[in-house]
Amino acid sequence: MKTASKIFTGLMFLFLFAPIVILLVFSFNEAKSTSVFSGFSLRWYRELFRDTETLKTVRNTLVLAVCAAGVSTVMGTAAAVGIDRMRSKYLRSALDTVTNIPMINPDIITGISMMLMFVFAGRLFGFANSLSFSTLLIAHITFCLPYVILQVLPKLRQMDASLPEAAMDLGCTPWRAFWKVELPELLPGVVTGMIMAFTLSLDDFVISYFTTGTGFQTLPIRIYNMTKKTVTPKMYALATIIFFVILTLLLISNLTGRSDSQALNSAKREKKTKN
Amino acid sequence: MKKALLPLLALTLAFALLTGCGGSSGSSDAGPTQAPAAEDDDGTLTLNVYNWGEYISDGSDDSFDTVREFEAWYEENYGQPIHVNYDTYASNEDMYNKLSIGAVSYDVVIPSDYMIERMIAEDMLLPLDFDNIPNYANIDESFHGLYYDPEDVYSVPYTYGVVGVIYDANVVDEADVGSWDLMWNEKYAGQILQFNNPRDAFGTAMYRAGIDVNTTDRTQWDAALADLLVQRPLVQSYVMDEIYNMMEMGEAAIGTYYAGDYFTMLDNQADDVDLRFYYPESTNYFVDAMCIPSSCQHKDLAEIFINYMLSEEPAIANAEYIWYASPNRVVYENQDYIDEMGEDAMSILYPDWGDFAAKYNAYAYRNLDSDLLDYINTLWETLKIN
Repeated sequence: MKTASKIFTGLMFLFLFAPIVILLVFSFNEAKSTSVFSGFSLRWYRELFRDTETLKTVRNTLVLAVCAAGVSTVMGTAAAVGIDRMRSKYLRSALDTVTNIPMINPDIITGISMMLMFVFAGRLFGFANSLSFSTLLIAHITFCLPYVILQVLPKLRQMDASLPEAAMDLGCTPWRAFWKVELPELLPGVVTGMIMAFTLSLDDFVISYFTTGTGFQTLPIRIYNMTKKTVTPKMYALATIIFFVILTLLLISNLTGRSDSQALNSAKREKKTKN
Repeated sequence: MKKALLPLLALTLAFALLTGCGGSSGSSDAGPTQAPAAEDDDGTLTLNVYNWGEYISDGSDDSFDTVREFEAWYEENYGQPIHVNYDTYASNEDMYNKLSIGAVSYDVVIPSDYMIERMIAEDMLLPLDFDNIPNYANIDESFHGLYYDPEDVYSVPYTYGVVGVIYDANVVDEADVGSWDLMWNEKYAGQILQFNNPRDAFGTAMYRAGIDVNTTDRTQWDAALADLLVQRPLVQSYVMDEIYNMMEMGEAAIGTYYAGDYFTMLDNQADDVDLRFYYPESTNYFVDAMCIPSSCQHKDLAEIFINYMLSEEPAIANAEYIWYASPNRVVYENQDYIDEMGEDAMSILYPDWGDFAAKYNAYAYRNLDSDLLDYINTLWETLKIN
């Protein structure tokens, strides 16, 4: 039984990581071929950093992801706090359901419906370009929002509701109580929501494809558009770099996160022994 | 937890800032509340170009960086800085959808022939002012009067190509080579790759049977389906750009694709593969041409750009990058280009066409009405599913 589970785990990791390993290996290939490995070279990395158009789309993607994550985190946190404080239970669950719609909706429907809305609005006001960076950003914020709300709401429910009340009892204004007491309690949820929003925005192809306008293409769209010819190995190099950047970020957050919680636990233990 | 996330946030921000400071496109993009202005605040002109992906020399491998060179050339000659927004699309239909819904505006687009015909019919293209495009004289006369733009008013040819059959000489007997019949040869069952889109796949069967590929007679399409059903047990798989890897690796021995793309495969073939190419009796021709869509904001700039693309240096660089044939005389008569391509490539890309326009008008795919296209799609599903 134990060996069976080991084999199963091994297979699972193989299927998960074999594609990444192959991509990584061929990004160092000397030739253009994706089938024959003819020798180690950094050629495609050099090519990548010379390809101004691709780098521009990388920059676009990052700018978009940072903006979308920032705005949707602020809006999502505010929305979660608002939903949590609603008195009517029915209204609250109705709002809960409504905010989940963009999450459950297939991307392609969200994409097409947003495009139609933007074009309709553009025609109404007589713009030459109804799609642009702003429409892309609005679309990204829309599909990121529910994920942020979903991360923050449980933290609000975990929090002792009397905490902000106590702060206000001791003379805080409601605004200050929120910043000083409530927000630090919610922070893990807020940050997880932000990271999720960032990665979702970074990944998105379908919705961006429909809502992007002149002069602002994102990386996934550029890669897709290469399919008339073949995707060049430059993209393998780029994917390898992105993979390692994300891996590093993950490692940092996991390692520091653990030492932090360990410190917290030992502090609690000390407190208990003192008492 | 709070402390733990700080470095992560800082890194993310730093990364975004580092890559973000390279240009100002994020902030200079016109929001939906304003139409794009011809000039930015600092007097920089903007030209929006919409082209196929990987369809321009982009500076890789020390090649000519067409877009950047144009910007420099323009500023030098006209004394005003210009910024080119260069966007790409994956298919004619993608481009058509974006433009027809009125969602975006571009100054230059490069559609294929049948799409140009459709866009002209729907008033989506502007007539060109050829006084601004003197280099149009470089285009060979055989590219005048092609069916999609019979009066040569709306388009300037950019590339053209012909579909041929690619085979692995280590597997295929030379005696079997020469016509579409190779794709139906039972000797090579399981070694054949067919197109994975209805128009091209039906095309192979129709050229082979001598049927007009633009026929509106449904019984002819049924006949082509019958041929494809005969071929189906021999086919290894239906592919589009997967064909590159499969032919290069020798996983399949016979396939059909564009002449220019054959050279890409030849470049990357494995040691035990010997790819060769030939044109069957009749086959598909296409032309991609530069046009100005009606949503264009600066027609004069667009014409200057088209004229620049026809001049010697960019035209040769693009032809070498794309590996498709060029209708431009300064390209295929240039000795450096001929030497760079090599004799074999030149003879495949530029054979003696005879009367090119007549062949082209007879064999190129045309836009079919949507009822017929629906019917073809049903036939295609029959082939793929049953």
